[in-house]
Amino acid sequence: MNGKGDGIKAGRLTADEYAKNFSDSHAPLNRVQALIEADRCYYCYDAPCIKACPTGIDIPTFIQRIAQENVRGAARAILEENILGGMCARVCPTEVLCEQACVRNTNEDKPVEIGLLQRFATDGYFARPGAPLFTRAPATGRRAAVVGAGPAGLSFAHRLAMLGHDVVLFDANPKPGGLNEYGLATYKTVDGFAQKEIDWLLSIGGIEVRCNQALGRDVVLDDLVRDYDAVFLGMGLAGVNALGVAEPQATGLRDAVRFIAELRQARDFSKVPIGRKVVVIGGGMTAVDAAVQSKKLGAEDVTIVYRRGEAAMSASDYEQDWAKRCGVTIKHWAAPKEVLAEGGQVRGVRFAYTRSDNGKLVETGESFTMPADVVFKAIGQTYEAAAAGAAIALKSGRIVTDGDGRTSHAKVWAGGDCTYGGRDLTVEAVEHGKRAAISVHKEIQHG
Amino acid sequence: MADLTSTFAGIKSPNPFWLASAPPTDKAYNVERAFEAGWGGVVWKTVGEDPPIVNVNGPRYAALLSQDRRVIGFNNIELISDRPLQVNLDEMRRVKRDWPDRAVLASLMVPCTENDWRDILRKVEDTGCDGVELNFGCPHGMSERGMGSAVGQVPEYIEMVARWCKQHTKLPVIVKLTPNITDIRFPARAARKGGADAVSLVNTLNSIMGVDLERMTMLPSTDGRGSHGGYCGFAIKPIALNMVSEIARDKETRGMPISGIGGITTWRDAAEFIALGAGNVQVCTAAMVYGFKIIKDLTDGLANFMDAQGYRTIADFHGKAVGTITDWQNLNLNHVEKAVINQDLCIQCGRCHVVCEDTAHQAIATTLNGKRHFEVKDEECVGCNLCVSICPVSDCITMRALKPGEIDTRTGLKATGKYANWTTHPNNPMRKEAEIP
Repeated sequence: MNGKGDGIKAGRLTADEYAKNFSDSHAPLNRVQALIEADRCYYCYDAPCIKACPTGIDIPTFIQRIAQENVRGAARAILEENILGGMCARVCPTEVLCEQACVRNTNEDKPVEIGLLQRFATDGYFARPGAPLFTRAPATGRRAAVVGAGPAGLSFAHRLAMLGHDVVLFDANPKPGGLNEYGLATYKTVDGFAQKEIDWLLSIGGIEVRCNQALGRDVVLDDLVRDYDAVFLGMGLAGVNALGVAEPQATGLRDAVRFIAELRQARDFSKVPIGRKVVVIGGGMTAVDAAVQSKKLGAEDVTIVYRRGEAAMSASDYEQDWAKRCGVTIKHWAAPKEVLAEGGQVRGVRFAYTRSDNGKLVETGESFTMPADVVFKAIGQTYEAAAAGAAIALKSGRIVTDGDGRTSHAKVWAGGDCTYGGRDLTVEAVEHGKRAAISVHKEIQHG
Repeated sequence: MADLTSTFAGIKSPNPFWLASAPPTDKAYNVERAFEAGWGGVVWKTVGEDPPIVNVNGPRYAALLSQDRRVIGFNNIELISDRPLQVNLDEMRRVKRDWPDRAVLASLMVPCTENDWRDILRKVEDTGCDGVELNFGCPHGMSERGMGSAVGQVPEYIEMVARWCKQHTKLPVIVKLTPNITDIRFPARAARKGGADAVSLVNTLNSIMGVDLERMTMLPSTDGRGSHGGYCGFAIKPIALNMVSEIARDKETRGMPISGIGGITTWRDAAEFIALGAGNVQVCTAAMVYGFKIIKDLTDGLANFMDAQGYRTIADFHGKAVGTITDWQNLNLNHVEKAVINQDLCIQCGRCHVVCEDTAHQAIATTLNGKRHFEVKDEECVGCNLCVSICPVSDCITMRALKPGEIDTRTGLKATGKYANWTTHPNNPMRKEAEIP
């Protein structure tokens, strides 16, 4: 084994190191810890945390139920508002959502660990689910089609199935789940949790999953609109932004999202190659996930380069700290000018220094070169509008919806990252799906 | 520098903290550890006649716990000493000889005959101990045999036994009272009539700690069945404080030394008992939860408090708050308070609002200029103190008394600063004419 070797190599670490690096990054609470933490909740009136949760989970209620050792009741309070509450407990940036709103912050700067408590409740419930928490209303004979089995589509499908309708879920990938399955850092959702959660979600019945079915290739919107009573679009963002400079055909220049997806599907991390020096260009969660996982695969130097300052990064403070704790360097105020390649292999990136000129980003005129074997592009994803066609109106390149998820087409609703507005969070996608399902139900229940 | 030395019913100890008659004072080993730690005295675990009683070998204790397992209340079904009387007497003698500056009292429980009491008193007096405490409080087990609280619940028995004891010993006699009665003043008066030198209270309260809902069995249980135990610990402190104060202010018992017992956990608790009339205090549960080391915190805290307040001795503040206790009918109905929320301290939990709205007087608003903001509506506030009581932030909500001349916006009446109580209130059908000042 050549742990520090130059170039792109697999097997940089020992088996134990891989196992440790890709284990649960944030250990779950045990029963004692959960009871003590639950006791910290003040059970606020009209609690600010509920308002800060995009799905409106009644947080004081579920925490009180944990305190009363009623884990099933706690899980119900979570899942009835957020059917993917198990995954959201793992991936929500709680530090900018519920936990930011916690009144404990005022005196202690230490909110109740709502995310970890939510995980305790949902994990506890999934370990011993017992009788179904949710059952279906009498069959209505109505059918809806969902494009994209990610968080928005799954949430939509489950709620509609509960209301008595039948749902067919189309997804372009071999497995359902969308970003839950292909898009999160591996250490955030270990032990195949994403598929277990989806299996449980689908167990309500009435939802048929058709994988490897891409819109525009295998199914077309016009047919869906014709054949179903309603259509929900939740395809997420399939496109990846380009760097805006020449991108040579060279080994080592990659999309961060592809790398993350590959890691999620990897059965053996020692077979996943990584460079000795890695540069990640971008400032969001994807950049952090790619950078940290590069480090965890054994890369020696990993640097996130972002063209603006720390405050402008869409990765939360918590995520930035996490990256730094994992040994990632974050470099601000630099924009890529040229990807350097030699013999078909990436050798580095030349960056221009930048600064803010009254809010406008300008280059200072100076530049520097950062050597790299691997360069990840993590500067945002785009909605690929062509698949759905011109019938669906867009704004800033994404689908426009009203508060209920209605698009410009009378029979089409949409939600999740492919829609305009919001912060592109899993938990928001779940809420979009839920609201759209309620809207669709009102529309189609009477025929 | 505060002087913590104590003389209670003629018994001297270096501080006013005694360990109550209970498992911590079961034998010489425990008591010596307690004295090494600094306890002022012990009331040796109750001794009785041979053959010794037999205890259960399953759970004898159970606790009422907070979420993070702090003991709020505690319960036991242990009986009196299960060791031969002579063993206890020999150990008492040796410990008293080795620790002459500490108080060693014997707690006694024998059947209600004069001979039994005379015999045990003679044996106990011979140990050189400082006094005796008559256990008329133990509410479980022994009471089924006509002892403990079965005696303490009948004032005539208390008086009778106290009189026998005073006749048959020169030692100070303290009567330990059970709180499992309707009016604590009656057994206290009986003790005094019988000639007792002091009372100690409270013993434990009848209690069942809970039910195992899987097995549908009461807790704690011995092989599937349980028996009520005696409840003690921090949770019973308010009950004990009230009973101590009632004896302190009762005309017939006023001045009789009271050894305060019941949930004393911190120096502050002890100071409160003393302020309400206790001459010294006894501790058990706190030691059973934390060990004997707490005596250092009790004495240190009490001494610092006394120094800060300018009390040189325990006697300087003994009973000092008793005079503030009166009958409800004497409370000043012209006194008006309003809750005030300190907005700098408020963390916006909103609990004050919801409890006031749901269960009290709808006197706390939730918004100001469209923003979350909790403010007392003086025109609705009756000054009930509910919000103060449940606010999770100390000193965030306080009560403010209206000054003379201020208008109570709830009633439209002006605060006069003049005292008037129920006895002369127009709504009182039994009212007396107000005295003209």
